[in-house]
Amino acid sequence: MSYLSFLSEHGPTMLLGTVTTIKVLICATILYVIISAIFGLMRVSKNPIIQGVATVYIEFFRGTSLLVQLFWFYYVLPFFGISLEAFTAGVVAIGMNFGAYGAEIVRGGILAVPKGQWEGAFALNFTPAKRMKNIIIPQIFPIILPPAANLTVELLKATALVALVTVVDLTFEAKQINAITWLSAQCFGTALLIYYIISRFFLVPFLRWLEVIAARKVGKDRI
Amino acid sequence: MNAEWRWDFAFEILPKMLWATLNTIMAAGIGYSIALIVGLLFLLGQRTRFKIINIINREIIEFIRSTPLLIQLFFVYFVLPQFGITLSAWVCGMITIGLHFGTYLSEVYRGALEGVPKTQWEACRALNFTTFYTYRRIVLPQAFPIAIPGMGNYLVGIFKDTPLLSTIGVAELFHAATAVGGYHYRYLEPYTIVGVIFLILSVPAAMGIRKLERSVNKSQGKVKN
Repeated sequence: MSYLSFLSEHGPTMLLGTVTTIKVLICATILYVIISAIFGLMRVSKNPIIQGVATVYIEFFRGTSLLVQLFWFYYVLPFFGISLEAFTAGVVAIGMNFGAYGAEIVRGGILAVPKGQWEGAFALNFTPAKRMKNIIIPQIFPIILPPAANLTVELLKATALVALVTVVDLTFEAKQINAITWLSAQCFGTALLIYYIISRFFLVPFLRWLEVIAARKVGKDRI
Repeated sequence: MNAEWRWDFAFEILPKMLWATLNTIMAAGIGYSIALIVGLLFLLGQRTRFKIINIINREIIEFIRSTPLLIQLFFVYFVLPQFGITLSAWVCGMITIGLHFGTYLSEVYRGALEGVPKTQWEACRALNFTTFYTYRRIVLPQAFPIAIPGMGNYLVGIFKDTPLLSTIGVAELFHAATAVGGYHYRYLEPYTIVGVIFLILSVPAAMGIRKLERSVNKSQGKVKN
């Protein structure tokens, strides 16, 4: 069987799987951005309880394996009466795991804003909330976007794991087709190529574009 | 289905899990050693003077880095037999982890080498040292401390990615948990124990790396805060 006939027969199935993969990618990215913003801000809080909660969350999710968390959400939570659909469990597990990594990036970004900016806002008698909202946060985007972009590419790779909790994504389809046809080189090779194309030609250029915009917003046109 | 945590069951399966933990640690150790060497090979490919090798090397690294480890595992495990190479799940897993993280480590090495000030090279040139001597006595001793934190992070990273090996049937911790859970149809204890074991092993490791990073920064004269 030539590769072309393989593609014409199984290509549509793999594309359907790719759509699911992209759905997981988008939902998990939104969740991880929200979680990293919340916990990143909590992490720099002066209140020891808030800071402690954030630290425990971050250490917990960074300390255990994503696959373990995923299986925990999917197979163990039903014991407590919370049944998540496979897709939801996958998105929640990936979002919470990467949110922990993202929170550390946000924290680093906040601390990396020059001290003069904090002092300037203080001298102008800004309230702490206003100082954060108007002075600090607009400046952290150019700092946090490059590491966040790396993390998002890692997230794309991590979406492959949801296949193991029966989400019918690209990896799942590749496994199915492999089980039916035993054309391993073709189906896994195609899956690898699709992931590569998504990351290299769509995700990374999009994130670069965001970086350029963020840099321009604060008047740094280089990069 | 009741959600009660059963201590007797947890203690019954604990010895089995601890044995499997040894396998996980071994997998992480072997995978990491291979990755260290593969990283060196990629580094060599990056630093040769032949442009074409640089470009091919770059593309290979990009490809491996932007595709999921899980599918790479399947690829190696299922495709190699088609070409007449039948390897055990262990060997396949170690090769794939070594290759995957080797690309990351080569970036760590590269960053460390570039972190050595250019003047050091120029001084060695001026003193007429051979390239070998320059690397051995001047550059590597300075590059190594820069590389340590990154290398440590990927050791923890590999450790946390070993559960993926269970998908091709390597009998490590996660595989044991799934087997025990399936046998007794109780997943609460096995998966929770796995999580706890991972936490116990990787949080102190990460803390140790952070401490190491701080002491390295201090020895380099870059004291933060």
